[in-house]
Amino acid sequence: MAKEQLAYDEFMKGLWRENPVFVQVLGLCPLLAVTNSAINGLAMGLASFFVLLGSSILVSLFKSYIPKQVRISCFIIIIATFVTVVDYTLAAALPVIHKELGAFIPLIVANCLILGRMEAFASRNTLRMSVADAFGMGAGFLFALVSLGAVREILGVGEIFGFALFGANFEPWVIMILPPGGFITLGVMLLYFNWLEEKKNKIDKQLATEDGVN
Amino acid sequence: MGDLGWIFISTLLINNFVLAYFLGLCPFLGVSNKLEVSFRLGLATIFVMVVTALCAWFLNTYVLIHAPYLRLISFIVVIASVVQLIEMAIKKTSPTLFRALGIFLPLITTNCAILGLAIFATNKGYGLWEGLVYALGAGMGFTLAIVLMAGMRQEVEKVNAMPKLIRGFAFNLIISGILSMAFMGFAGLFSSS
Repeated sequence: MAKEQLAYDEFMKGLWRENPVFVQVLGLCPLLAVTNSAINGLAMGLASFFVLLGSSILVSLFKSYIPKQVRISCFIIIIATFVTVVDYTLAAALPVIHKELGAFIPLIVANCLILGRMEAFASRNTLRMSVADAFGMGAGFLFALVSLGAVREILGVGEIFGFALFGANFEPWVIMILPPGGFITLGVMLLYFNWLEEKKNKIDKQLATEDGVN
Repeated sequence: MGDLGWIFISTLLINNFVLAYFLGLCPFLGVSNKLEVSFRLGLATIFVMVVTALCAWFLNTYVLIHAPYLRLISFIVVIASVVQLIEMAIKKTSPTLFRALGIFLPLITTNCAILGLAIFATNKGYGLWEGLVYALGAGMGFTLAIVLMAGMRQEVEKVNAMPKLIRGFAFNLIISGILSMAFMGFAGLFSSS
């Protein structure tokens, strides 16, 4: 029971409390580059999810055999292997999406989020916890990609997952699906998360002082 | 201007690696708080990019035609080791250059702009000279973007009236958005010619 609780906690930590994008601000390159539509965000999120999960499992299984001095290179080679698998699978199964994401699939290797989790978590924890962590972080990254993609798609072309949302009178903000829109949307989202954090801290503080009085 | 000139201008301004392709955002947002430091980081990036283009060309021409599925792994391993070797060589031969570039070299190697450069150059089918010019343009474009960003951030730091909430990443991203919008104007260079 306690173990279940811990694994669940790791999962929620990645998904929300320590969300890799909104709280830790990691993995920005693939995040901004492919989120001009929700579906691309989803594909990129799933690809990263798979790579993160696969590499977490391998790293945590082999952690006692990997020499400390060359661990980073080992992690990168493990990650690159999984990315190659994803790259070739997508090219075979979903060529349209593969073409759309283009060079950004191989660039998952350089995603600092994945290497960061290997170094900070998978190489120090049991298989079970590493899988929970990978699920949480992968889901958190997926959540960020899809929400950013959805916002940009809704504002930029007036659609969500390809379905038109507004009538013919809608004037799309083309800038939102172009690079500047990515920067600005993420900036505004981070602002919102900062604001949430600040509000939460205020409430915590208030509760703490009230407890003190009582 | 010939093809090489266009490749250079296009990667320097129009398809700027940072502002149009979102490559190398980590150093762009992380190390851009001091003008001097970001300029040196830019120089080191140009250097690593040119080395990368050379390595990528060599691998593509002589090694990877036999095993294309090893592209990703070999790019990373070869580029990282070559940069490491050059770093050692610089340390021995020129301490001044090492002080200027040294600490950044290993950091840059794991940057997505470097791997991105190698992959883009391969996908576009560039030869040796085109690849080198492409690398030079991309590196200088990165330097330009990070120096502009650092300049703006230094000025913004002086403003005390800015609320605490907006300081930090959120604000930097919004400045980058505006900078990126300004760079989009360069797209007109191609259509007018």
